[in-house]
Amino acid sequence: MMNQLRTKILSPQLFRAVAGVLIFLSFWYLLTEVLKLPRFKLIPDPVSVIKEWVSFDPMSGRSLFTKEYYIDIAYSVGRTMAAFTFATVLGVTLGLLMGWNRILYDFTFPLVEILRPMPPLSWIPLAVLILPGVEFAVVYVTFIAAFFATVLNTLLGVFSIDRNYFLAARCLGSKPKDIFFNVVVPGSLPFIFTGLQISMGIAWMSLVAGEIISGQRGLGYAIYEGYFLYQFPQVISYMFTLGILGYISSAAIRAVGRRLMAWEARRRGA
Amino acid sequence: MTTHDKIEGAISIRKVTKIYDPEGARVMAMKDCSFEMGAGEFTIIVGPSGCGKTTLLNAIAGFDTITSGEILLDGDTISSSLKQIKPNVDRMVVFQNGALFPWKTVIENITYGPVVQDRMKKSAAAELAKGMLHQVGLGEIGDKYPEELSSGVQRRVEILRALINQPKVVMLDEPFRGLDAVAKTVMHEFLMEVFCASPRTMFFITHDLDEAIFLGHKVVIMTTRPAQVKKIVPVALPWPREHHIMNSREYLELKQEVLEAVHEEAKKAFEAGERELA
Repeated sequence: MMNQLRTKILSPQLFRAVAGVLIFLSFWYLLTEVLKLPRFKLIPDPVSVIKEWVSFDPMSGRSLFTKEYYIDIAYSVGRTMAAFTFATVLGVTLGLLMGWNRILYDFTFPLVEILRPMPPLSWIPLAVLILPGVEFAVVYVTFIAAFFATVLNTLLGVFSIDRNYFLAARCLGSKPKDIFFNVVVPGSLPFIFTGLQISMGIAWMSLVAGEIISGQRGLGYAIYEGYFLYQFPQVISYMFTLGILGYISSAAIRAVGRRLMAWEARRRGA
Repeated sequence: MTTHDKIEGAISIRKVTKIYDPEGARVMAMKDCSFEMGAGEFTIIVGPSGCGKTTLLNAIAGFDTITSGEILLDGDTISSSLKQIKPNVDRMVVFQNGALFPWKTVIENITYGPVVQDRMKKSAAAELAKGMLHQVGLGEIGDKYPEELSSGVQRRVEILRALINQPKVVMLDEPFRGLDAVAKTVMHEFLMEVFCASPRTMFFITHDLDEAIFLGHKVVIMTTRPAQVKKIVPVALPWPREHHIMNSREYLELKQEVLEAVHEEAKKAFEAGERELA
């Protein structure tokens, strides 16, 4: 255990990752504090961002040591998770059925392809008009693009399955439902999980847009507020908070995927 | 397993014609193709690439329809222009590129048929599968996934997955293509062993003439497209065979006979190909 930890800490991967972040921070510092380029006049340097982030008495009222910060995170995480869960359940189901059933595919594919490119933000007016309350509208906007990304990736996943698996399953005496659960579902899992990482990213992006325009509370809303109140260190610390949350949620999806797709993990491990 | 006194699986191919895209390009893959496969007979099909061997396999398996003619299994029509019996466990296919489910372990793959047909409980099927693996010296691999195994082992597992269903007919479409010579001899011995343990009708497509004569009771040589039977060469070498028979005079004469017939057709196919290009 200790040895594992030690090799991990001393590994070149970790060293390079840390070095990458440090190089990025020094460029940022260079632009804002040393060179002081004209367009960067109002941009806070990394030190003041970190100071604000860990301050006990932040100017913006939002830092690691305030309740506000965690309420914002809770709102955003809650909205994203709700939207992502709906998008995954509905998107994977629809994608699998579309890939499996030619008639359903014919009915739905053109419609999906028209609705899919519509930017999430363009749904805001309709979402606000139709859905009761702002909260549902924000979740809807977060949901919609993630949903279509999941549908498409799942569909491609079904199409990626080698035809011989279907033939073999039929030879072996499968009924249609057996083929669905033993070939269609597992065969498309690798594409589904790639798609879920993409849809999770899309959900976070759409969330912030939705929160800025129609929301109350949440990280996106707080960033917008910070912009109007000239609290730029807080804006940037919240951007990084979003980045970290996005990173964690993608890693969680990968971990679930590895558990569900033991055969893929073992092949790569071998 | 099955007893020797009651082997089923006689296949009659009667004037089978298959035209792909009859409304458009009209590609004739088979024309009036007829021959018989006796129950429990190991029949080898050879012929030029793209001549329609796989078309015939698809028709027997029930993957595809035929345009005219008739295919019978033990006297019952399984395919004609009027009817097409769906794929079933009595006709099992082992695919060219392998079709073990990569997301199932070896045991899960082998037991898939009996479990999905509700013929056996999962645990009983797993016991049977373990026994089968053990018998062929693969007792250790039950919990592995197919992609962790060499392609030769994958092939053997796929053949066991077919055999556990006790099919009347096993169809193999160039199953050992891409294996090296040493792996192939292992596969041949394996196939010989399982065939002797429970003989059944084998329909085996190959390009490898040594394989053809070594394994077959008879070798059916197909013409270039549209496929017809050019020649049937019976192989009267005694079973089970061992690799040293490949040096016997009888074997070499048979090989010469098959080679000449195949070569003639290959040349025709080549010339036809050149005509199509011109």
